[in-house]
Amino acid sequence: MKATDYQISKEKFVFCSTEGRLHDQKLETKPMSYLKDAFSRFKKNRASITATIIIAILVLFAVLVPIFSDYTVSYNDTYYRFVTPKSKVFSELGIPFWDGTTKKESTLQDFNFYYSMGVETGKNAIVDQKYTLIEKTNLIGRPTTWYKYRLDTYQSVGVVLMDFRAEQYQSIQDYQDRTGIQVIYPVTDPNKRPTSRQDINKVGNYWFETEEVNGKTTIVLDANGNYIPIYKSYSGDDDYYSIVRYEGNQYLYDYAIKNQTGYSVRVNYYEYYIYYHTEYLKDGITEPLFVFGTTNYGADILTCLSSGARLSLILAIVVSSINLFVGAIYGAIEGYYGGRIDLVMERIVDVLAAVPFMIVISLLKYHLTEVPQVIILFIAFFITGWIGMAGRTRMQFYRFKNQEYVLAARTLGANDRRIMFKHIFPNAIGTIITSVVLVIPGMIFSESQLTYLGIINLNTGNTTSVGTLLANGQPYLAQYPHMIFFPAVFISLLMLSFNLFGNGLRDAFNPSLRGTED
Amino acid sequence: MYMFKYILKRLGLMIMTFSIIMIMCFVLIKLLPIVIDVKIGEDANIIRNQLIARGYYDPIPVQFFNYMKRIVLDGDWGIGVNLAEYRNMPVWDVFVKKLPPTVLINVYSSLIAVPIGIALGIFAALKKNKWQDHAISTSVMIFISVPSFVYAFLVQYLLCFKLQLFPTTMYGGYDYFAWSMFLSMLPSVISLSFGSVTRYARFTRAELTEVLTSEFMLLARTKGLTKKQATTRHALRNAMVPIFPMIIGEFISVLGGSLVIEKIFSVPGVGGLYLSAINSSDYDFFMLLSAFYTFIGLAASILIDISYGFIDPRIRMGAK
Repeated sequence: MKATDYQISKEKFVFCSTEGRLHDQKLETKPMSYLKDAFSRFKKNRASITATIIIAILVLFAVLVPIFSDYTVSYNDTYYRFVTPKSKVFSELGIPFWDGTTKKESTLQDFNFYYSMGVETGKNAIVDQKYTLIEKTNLIGRPTTWYKYRLDTYQSVGVVLMDFRAEQYQSIQDYQDRTGIQVIYPVTDPNKRPTSRQDINKVGNYWFETEEVNGKTTIVLDANGNYIPIYKSYSGDDDYYSIVRYEGNQYLYDYAIKNQTGYSVRVNYYEYYIYYHTEYLKDGITEPLFVFGTTNYGADILTCLSSGARLSLILAIVVSSINLFVGAIYGAIEGYYGGRIDLVMERIVDVLAAVPFMIVISLLKYHLTEVPQVIILFIAFFITGWIGMAGRTRMQFYRFKNQEYVLAARTLGANDRRIMFKHIFPNAIGTIITSVVLVIPGMIFSESQLTYLGIINLNTGNTTSVGTLLANGQPYLAQYPHMIFFPAVFISLLMLSFNLFGNGLRDAFNPSLRGTED
Repeated sequence: MYMFKYILKRLGLMIMTFSIIMIMCFVLIKLLPIVIDVKIGEDANIIRNQLIARGYYDPIPVQFFNYMKRIVLDGDWGIGVNLAEYRNMPVWDVFVKKLPPTVLINVYSSLIAVPIGIALGIFAALKKNKWQDHAISTSVMIFISVPSFVYAFLVQYLLCFKLQLFPTTMYGGYDYFAWSMFLSMLPSVISLSFGSVTRYARFTRAELTEVLTSEFMLLARTKGLTKKQATTRHALRNAMVPIFPMIIGEFISVLGGSLVIEKIFSVPGVGGLYLSAINSSDYDFFMLLSAFYTFIGLAASILIDISYGFIDPRIRMGAK
């Protein structure tokens, strides 16, 4: 049969539609953009969502705590050193956890020292004045009785002997009259105080009679087993200052001893601290309360940690965005042009990448002695940091540069720069964002490592770093683990959550995983 | 023959990179004024005269020529200046004395980490997507993120202070194979192994799962091997190809990265020496140790590449 055999009359052809023009139907579903697709995949990953929340909390911690904290980084109080963490909730409920106390086992001497504080002022250094006796064998194998108790580190400073000028002394007395809180306690007789050198800082606490036995200050009790006070009895030399005018005061003792500069007075340090900060300095501190405890020189760990974290985060984010910028351009040029340019640029990268970070940082430190160390750290991170980014961008460019759509763009007359940054770069964006995120924890780790080792010192009064906190705490790890605990937990959480977040991003930006989990 | 050429090429590149870094380092160090830091009562002039006699105040190119000549002919890397302990001692001798603790700690930690890490990785891969795998993978994720010094603090606090199993810091002295010395090394060894174990486990798991799903495993099963036989004869062997170079790389990089651990446990090793050299501006020590660490980094990467070629014939042949 030939084609001409079919005879179809013209009339049989009818227009199916004469109204308007026919189009392809518009897609009814919304187009899925790359980022949207990535985000939907990211949302399904529970680990990375958790990590994102943790990162958000840590960032808020780093940003908000230094603003709202009563303490500053430069704050320190030499009496409140090694104070353990205390949270108001736990201490008011009386739960023996996070309440500023520490478990202690000691011999009779130390126990008595702390026990006597509660007897004199009613502010118990030993929690509820409760203790248990335990048997221990000492170094030469003889059994000795030890005391086991919980020590309130906020009260264990006890009473401190301080010198005041006349108007300060007056001001404290006014505070006492107004609030009814006793700050000043009767002064002790200078001739009866213990003379041993080791007690030189604690002399204010000895309000009872002591004697020296084998070079150690030992308590002397009366026949009934009570403490024998060594208060200086009322002399009446200087009525205005030597007495404390509160109700029921019988003028039994002197409350101050006049010296060249003013008055030597015994004050309960906890109450004095409140007075000093609310009445004298008026710096917003209402009571000694260190949520994360204090360091070996009496700085507030919460404030130091959060501002160290802030510095670390700012440094990491700024450096990684600069590295992203430089590395991407460098890698793009390498990958796009290839050939000899690539070869030369790769050799430069090879050399730079092989220089250990320690060498970079120490050479910079030697040469830039005048420059703040933050800047040195910044430069050092920059010198070695962009290399990884360049390598990754280069790989992506090698992958995409010979694809058809690039050829099409070139045929249409797009110049090199347009092809590189408009056509190829967006394809690499997923990998690049992921690597930026994964670089941040590494940078924070190196920063804390360098400050820990003391190669870089970021302490300038108003700033500190997590590594410095760790280094300060390490010698006291056995007795005061809280100094290490909080910085270590912080840095571990930060690194873990950034790694999880970065891994989540990597999976999210990988379109080949689309639909695999459904 | 190809392999030989490849090694030569890599070695050449490595020597070139190493020389460039060391020359830059040398010039940058020599541009600095010489610091002589002596205690009160000690005479700085003696040291200064000695440095003058050794030509430390000559023009830099002359100094570089002399420096290289001394190293090549006499193995003389200079003398200690500012570190009071090692003043006037040849830095090379001090370095050699400090090397054994660092190396030993790394060897021990590798001995612990390699079997445990690989075993965990294999176990996780065989139990893929079961609870054992999830447990291992999750803990690997956690342990790989936590910085090494946090382990060190944990080990020191729990094992040394609370349980009192080990001394807090490593003992001094040179009797490296005594039992008490070994015990005192253990905390640092354990702290170092944590990170390595997780890295080995993760890597092994990734490699083995990939191999287990490949076609030849199916073939091995179809030709009648049991699952166990197929795994041990075919899967494990192929998975070991990238694992072995990783062991070399890991060992060498740990050698260069144990500075913090060495400080925490006061290991009398190279890391501590490097730190004190940096902090006291003792430039001869700094140069030698910088050369050491640079060399380690370069050697690690080149050894990894070469061992790939030796172990896996496909890589060796395919590169032709």
